[in-house]
Amino acid sequence: MRRGIAATALVATLALAATACGGDDKGGDETKAGGELSGTVTWWDTSNDAEKASFQKIAEAFTAKHPKVTVKYVNVPYGDAQNKVKNAFSSGSEAPDVIRADVGWVADFASLGYLDEVPAETAKKVDAEFLPQAAASGKYEGKTYAVPQVIDTLGLFYNKKMLADAGVQPPKTLEEVKTAAAAIKAKTGKAGLYLRGDDSYWFLPLIYGEGGDLVDAKNKTVTVDNPAGVKAFKTARDLVTSGAAITNATDGWTNMQTAFKSGEAAMMINGPWAVADTYAGDQFKDKANLGVAAVPAGSVKAGAPQGGHDLAVYAGSKNRAAAHAFVEYMTSQDVQVQSTKELSLLPTRAAAYEQPDVKSSEMVQFFKPAVDKAVERAWIPENGSLFEPLKVEYTKAITGASSPEDAAKSAGTEFRKILKGWK
Amino acid sequence: MAAHTSQSVAKAAGGDGEDSVAARGRSRRTDSAKRGGLGRALATHWYAWAMVAPVVLVLGVIIGWPLARGVYLSLTDANERNVGRTIGANHIEATYTFVGLDNYADVLADPVFLQRLVWTVVWTVLCVSITFTLGLALANMLNRDFRGRAAYRMALILPWAVPGFVSVFAWRFLFNRDSGILNKILDGGGISAIPWLDDPTWAKFSVVAVNVWLGVPFMMVALLGGLQSIPGELYEAAEMDGATSWQRFRHITLPGLRAVSMTVILLSTIWTFNMFPVIFLLTRGGPGDSTEILVTQAFREAFVASPRDFAGSATWGVLILALLMIFALVYRRSLRKQGEVW
Repeated sequence: MRRGIAATALVATLALAATACGGDDKGGDETKAGGELSGTVTWWDTSNDAEKASFQKIAEAFTAKHPKVTVKYVNVPYGDAQNKVKNAFSSGSEAPDVIRADVGWVADFASLGYLDEVPAETAKKVDAEFLPQAAASGKYEGKTYAVPQVIDTLGLFYNKKMLADAGVQPPKTLEEVKTAAAAIKAKTGKAGLYLRGDDSYWFLPLIYGEGGDLVDAKNKTVTVDNPAGVKAFKTARDLVTSGAAITNATDGWTNMQTAFKSGEAAMMINGPWAVADTYAGDQFKDKANLGVAAVPAGSVKAGAPQGGHDLAVYAGSKNRAAAHAFVEYMTSQDVQVQSTKELSLLPTRAAAYEQPDVKSSEMVQFFKPAVDKAVERAWIPENGSLFEPLKVEYTKAITGASSPEDAAKSAGTEFRKILKGWK
Repeated sequence: MAAHTSQSVAKAAGGDGEDSVAARGRSRRTDSAKRGGLGRALATHWYAWAMVAPVVLVLGVIIGWPLARGVYLSLTDANERNVGRTIGANHIEATYTFVGLDNYADVLADPVFLQRLVWTVVWTVLCVSITFTLGLALANMLNRDFRGRAAYRMALILPWAVPGFVSVFAWRFLFNRDSGILNKILDGGGISAIPWLDDPTWAKFSVVAVNVWLGVPFMMVALLGGLQSIPGELYEAAEMDGATSWQRFRHITLPGLRAVSMTVILLSTIWTFNMFPVIFLLTRGGPGDSTEILVTQAFREAFVASPRDFAGSATWGVLILALLMIFALVYRRSLRKQGEVW
């Protein structure tokens, strides 16, 4: 019985202590004893398996600058991240302080009130020192909610040796991809191109190639189902039926990387984030064997989407000052140069491109001009939501489950359900 | 203590009887008659009610309230953008409104609902019938004495012991078209690779196969229990009469298992109808949307597009619940007609 009373008393004390802590949330961790930051910053990182060790190391090094801040690094697989982040943000429990958000998510999260505005000072720096197209992705209704960490776009990765063996040049158009693939098949028995079929991001170069786009944000019009869009779905299907490309409707990322790394496919369309993992493959023990070219053009032009990741702070974070400081650190020039060196990722600070390590990186030499020309997407809150219905239709079209016309039409219908009031 | 309890229970059990009321005198009787059935039940069974109250309370909080809330949400236009919340410094007022049955009209008018419903029914019927048949066959095979029976039983129950998501992911690896072991084996036999999860028909086949694999142990164990409760004398007598093994199965085993099998079929139907993890983890409803069932579609409505449509997914949820309730009612009625007490 005595123990019971003691336990009750203990619980009561704890509850009191907890409410006391909860009471001064506003001050709490944020109070800077002598201007020093303290507390814990939880960072949800979405980088892939090949990149995560490097980012964890970089993130935890923040403690060297701010000894009283502990960084809690959590890797969240990119595929599940958008949902997980939303669950955590809307419920508030176990929510991270800082997230690495795909550029397509920022406007969405900001419009829902989940993100804390970037401090004015940092926002000014973002405008002055970062690549303008990267900075644009962190904004919503004129305010800055995220600081760009890396920028990227898609390119055509090719196995130099396989192409040389087949006696073909890196193709510049999809027509050339077909001829090259036929030569590769004849010579080596392997596939020409791996075209990812389970993620609609990989559909973007095809639709840009026909001169189309998903939506026209300026005129509030859905454009995925116009003739250019239909043509793009046709092209996707045609690449597979003609035997130029192999594809999968599930586990596309793993299958694509495996096929390319082991030489089962001579080419793939991918971004800088795949470089570190690709170098780990048998075919690329000699790093010089990996070549990168612009995405092949469709019948109109060659176009790849601008992508990348931004860092943003949760509006409900109990430790906002430290969180913002962490974001600033993670997007600093030194850190960007380091991740370029280790992972071939592209910096978002204009001045970083002057650094010798960045300048000498072959991937940067290729991707920087590509990024400059990349198609900037509409930074609307619905941006991220468009990819799911598009994926369904893209997969159906590429596997032949529905005709290109039907796929384009259904994608348009779904888009208009999401974008209420658009034409 | 024990004596007290038993007395109360006895009172509770026989409380409605004329003698117990008479013992309390006339005045109280008229009083309780005025209060009606509920009041009298409360007065006489207060102890039982007190015992039940915590359970009712907990069920009310964890099932009743969310259910009521879900039904309410399905009658509004609530979504992630217009429900009230406070996140740090951002305070957002609730601005969603009551829209009546609009959501139901929208969902039912959308051809997607019918498509999903048809596949959900096909999926449920296929899974339950195959699982039941296999479970019954295995249970019969195990219901006799032979060497290593315990080992076989263990092996057959194994799929049940492994967490569902682990099994499903394992199957996903096996089904992989390029590097999965199933296609490697087929390749070795000279058969070209099968697009297990990449072709709508094969994907449907695959999800059914995995669900059957996961469901058979339960069926087998339940039916084995049922088999063991059938008296052996019946079989002996039938054998004496010269009944063939099929006749024994048809006229002794099946009727003997009726009570058990009706229960497991009902349970299995409800589980399969709402079997989210197998579909979601194996194919994500794909390729395209070909293996999407009602619950995975409800999830898609709620969690994939942004802002999340709370009202829309609540509508799907209520419709799913309604369908299952109708099914259970019809099922129960048909059982009652066959003379089962249920």
